[in-house]
Formats: sequence, structure tokens, C-alpha cells
Amino acid sequence: MIWNEQYECMEREELQKLQGERVSSMVKRVYDSVPFYRQKLQEMGIEPGDITTIDDLKKLPFTTKQDLRDNYPFGLFTLPQTDVVRLHASSGTTGKSTVVGYTHNDIQMWSEVVARSLTMAGVGTSDIIQVAYGYGLFTGGLGLHYGAEKVGATVIPISGGNTKKQLQLMEDFGSTALACTPSYAAYLGEALVEEKINRKNIKLKAGVFGAEPWTEEMRSQIEHLLGIKAYDIYGLSEIIGPGVSMECHCQKGMHIFEDHFIPEIINPESGEVLPYGELGELVFTPATKEAMPLIRYRTRDLTRLHADRCECGRTLVRMEKCVGRTDDMLIIRGVNVFPSQVESVLLEMSETKPHYLLVVDRENNLDTLEIRVEIEEQFFSDEVKELEGLRMRIKANISSILGISATIRLVEPGTIERSMGKAQRVIDNRKLK
Amino acid sequence: MIIKQLSVFLENRTGRLTELTGILAANDINISAFSIADTADYGILRMIVGRPEPAAEILRKAGFAVKITDVVGMIIPHRPGGLHKALQVISDNNVAIDYMYAFASGECKATVVIRAESLQKLIDVLQEHKMELLQEGDVYQV
Repeated sequence: MIWNEQYECMEREELQKLQGERVSSMVKRVYDSVPFYRQKLQEMGIEPGDITTIDDLKKLPFTTKQDLRDNYPFGLFTLPQTDVVRLHASSGTTGKSTVVGYTHNDIQMWSEVVARSLTMAGVGTSDIIQVAYGYGLFTGGLGLHYGAEKVGATVIPISGGNTKKQLQLMEDFGSTALACTPSYAAYLGEALVEEKINRKNIKLKAGVFGAEPWTEEMRSQIEHLLGIKAYDIYGLSEIIGPGVSMECHCQKGMHIFEDHFIPEIINPESGEVLPYGELGELVFTPATKEAMPLIRYRTRDLTRLHADRCECGRTLVRMEKCVGRTDDMLIIRGVNVFPSQVESVLLEMSETKPHYLLVVDRENNLDTLEIRVEIEEQFFSDEVKELEGLRMRIKANISSILGISATIRLVEPGTIERSMGKAQRVIDNRKLK
Repeated sequence: MIIKQLSVFLENRTGRLTELTGILAANDINISAFSIADTADYGILRMIVGRPEPAAEILRKAGFAVKITDVVGMIIPHRPGGLHKALQVISDNNVAIDYMYAFASGECKATVVIRAESLQKLIDVLQEHKMELLQEGDVYQV
């Protein structure tokens, strides 16, 4: 089923015309009300009237996370506080947090795109959805919540954590859908096995997972553990929150709701716009946002876009799962390393699970990488030669995928912190020196 | 004839073994014998305890990776050449030993715990040569 055929199946020509109109009117709004943008456009010699079609988008300047920090907290809002009905903020692990604001219409639009997303996962009025994303400043919980109400599902606003309660309500209320981070979904799946809950009492059929990078291997693991079909949802608070793009049942990438969030792929070094199919940094212009529209916001996510028509009938472009985030990327001995690569190695090996931690350090001016991997009881051999064999196999696989060698350290089960929200996968001690 | 041994994965950090022995003590589980195979980062603790199955469950609940492994206990005379004679029999019959550890109890006997590739073959060979084996009934209180 398609929630909004008019927009989700719009012909490209018509869509581009709509995008052009929306960008044009948005540029006028920010020029008039946001000093930061007015100054930027004036410096580049751009008048709002110069932007009339979607092709003019590339003339506009980029917005970065740093710009959001520099204008903390409300500097990029286009409307007075009286029009703003909600604030969300990022966790700010890498600096000052970034704040985003929503008008009443923004909340409506957000609910609309999440409703489209949930419909893609087959969630509707006959479903009971357990929203186990954190509720609060993080956009995950409330974003899914409003969208789920919009499609008419029954929402269990349980928020993140409290695993025993999650499992109990899942069983007692008969939840049919689950929304949370993929790492928490995997954790719930394991807990289900540990608590020896009878699978017949679990009615889950679909999961909507996002807010952190995950791999295809992790998808199969979650699907197996929970007995569901797992869907990938993408979003970031700067653009709206979850619901920027979502996988349909064909699962050939995530459809971007382009009528609201206009995507581009750029070369992260030069800023040049790249054609469909090429790998680069994903950039969004959320043109219909009222409280805080942004011009060409650089997401730092690396991916590709595909415009060929999807079998589901939607015409919206699809983005691939992000290869990595320029923020998450570690440069170790000059080599680009993404934690997701380590994860896929561990998931591909049948003897390991993706509970790992990367510890990066520097000794005698040389970067070192230690990867801690939890031993799995079912594969624990009490012979040193077997365990050392496993360690060497992990080492060889890691080195062939990453292109650099790492020290593998086997650790006791449960000693690597499990996340209730975003997983902590890296400790980089180099930054402290 | 086959004896249940507990094998536990232990990270090399101060106090970890003490935590484990504390748990066993609190649950009134007696350790009859143990050995540790160590590497730079971790060790494998192998031990014979009274009530191996409940002990494994208790340790699992406390977060340890535990495995129950089958081993054989061989009783040899506690005097020069006692071990040699037994090992001669085992090697003459081409039984590959994965690991072993021993303890002498009292004046006249010593016990050797052996894990071999083929435990059944080991048992057959030892019985053929009239070597004394620990029985499951008495072993957990060795």
C-alpha cells in the first residue's frame, strides 16, 4: 500500500517543477528572516529572485553542522518563538548540541512522512507498534509516535531501555511492529532467547530500525532473532528526524520523500554535484520546513542515489544504505576505516557476534588499532589452540576488509557495553594526546 | 568413567579469578582440582567441582562463558616413574592428549585429569592395561 500516491508516485518532471517552486519560495523566506543566510547569499551575489527552478539549487551555498553550532540555539529559525511548537536537540557528543525547531505544520509534515514510511513496512490501523526509540530531545521516539498515530496504529510509547518490560508488553499487548535502533533490536532479540519466552506468544511481524548504521548481516540476524521483516528508516534531526527516507517492501534502497527533502550527492572535497549512481556525500534541502529550513545541508553521510523506477510503483529516488559517515570515519595509519566494516566481518563469521569495540591509540607515532570481540559461549572452546585459531581468523578477515592489521582481543561475554540508544563502537585515545 | 570438567573463559585482569572463586564459595561449591592455561590476554580455567551442572549455571548467570567438557581421571601410584609408566601406555597406543593436569592427594596416590581427542579410546587403553580410573561418583569430592 502507498500512503500518498499523489506525491510518492509523481512523474519526475512534475516533481522537479514542484521542487523548484518550493526551493524558490524557501530561499525568499530565509533571505528575509535569517541574517546568516542573507549575509551568505549577499556575499555570493545571489538574489532570492535568481532561484526559480530546481537547476538553480546548485548555485546556493552549503550549510554545515558547524553553521548550526555557530548559530546556537535559535539563530537559523525563520519564525519567532511564538510560531515554534517543539524543539529537539542532538546529543552533542562532538561539541555543542544542535537545536532544531518545528511549527505546527512542520509536525504535520513530519507525521506525514513517517506515515508514508510505516505504510511501506505494512504498518496500519490493525497494528500495535512498540516505539522503543528514546522519547525526549532525540527525534526518534516522538517522530515515530506521531507518524504511527497518523496511520492509525495503536502506539505503545514505551521509549528505550527497560528490556524486561519491553518483552513483557510485547507478549501481553501482542505488539505487531517494533521501532528502535537496530542494535537495540538485536539486543531485544537476544533477550527474548535468554528469557526463554515462548515465540508463539510474540506476534511481531515488522521492525522499523534506524538512527545508526547497520549492515545486511545485522538485518538477517535481527530478522532471525525476532522472526520479523526488518526495514531501514533514515533521518536526521537537522532535516526533520526519522522519515527522511524509508525502504519499501522491495528493499532496494530507501525512498527519499523528495517533495519535502531535496537530495543531492556531492563530491565531499570539491562540493561538485555528482550524477545518480555515484558515491558521495548526501546533501538535503528541506524546502517545506517552516521553522528551520536549511539550504543544502551536508549530512556527512556517504551514499549513492538511484532514480530508476522501483517495482513498488513509487517514483521517488532511492538512497543506498550509507557506506559510512564522514564523522564516523577513522583514519588509521592513513587508511579510512569505518566501524561498520568490522561489524560486517564479525557478522559474516559464524562464530562471532557483532559485539565489538575499536580502540585506537598511538604508540611511538604509529597508530594502533585493537578490536575487542566478545567470546560467544556456544563457540567457546576450552583449548587454547582453538581460541587462538578463532582469533587469527578474525584478524585475517579484518585485515583483508580494512586493509590494515589490527590486534584482536577476545573478551568475556557481556563486557562490551550494550546500547539502549546509539552504540558506542569506538574509543579513540589519540584525541586525548 | 567420564568426568565433567568446567571450563571458564577468563580475561586477564586483577581480581577476576577471585570473583569466580567468591561465587563458588558463596554457593557452597567445592573445587577439587583446577588448572589455568594462560595467554597474553586471557586464560582458560579448567576445574573439577562438586555439582558441575549447577555450578556452570551459577557462573553463567554471573556473566562467565562456561563450558562443560568431558575428561578422564586416571589414578596412578604416587612414586617415581608412576606418571611415566601411564604416559608410556597412552603414547604407545597413539592416543593424542589435548591437555592434562595432575594433583597428588595423600601419600600413595596421584590423580591425572586428561582431555584427549578420543576419550573413549583413552578409556579403553587404560582399562586394557589395568590402570585405575576415577569414577564419576567419587570424583567430585576428590
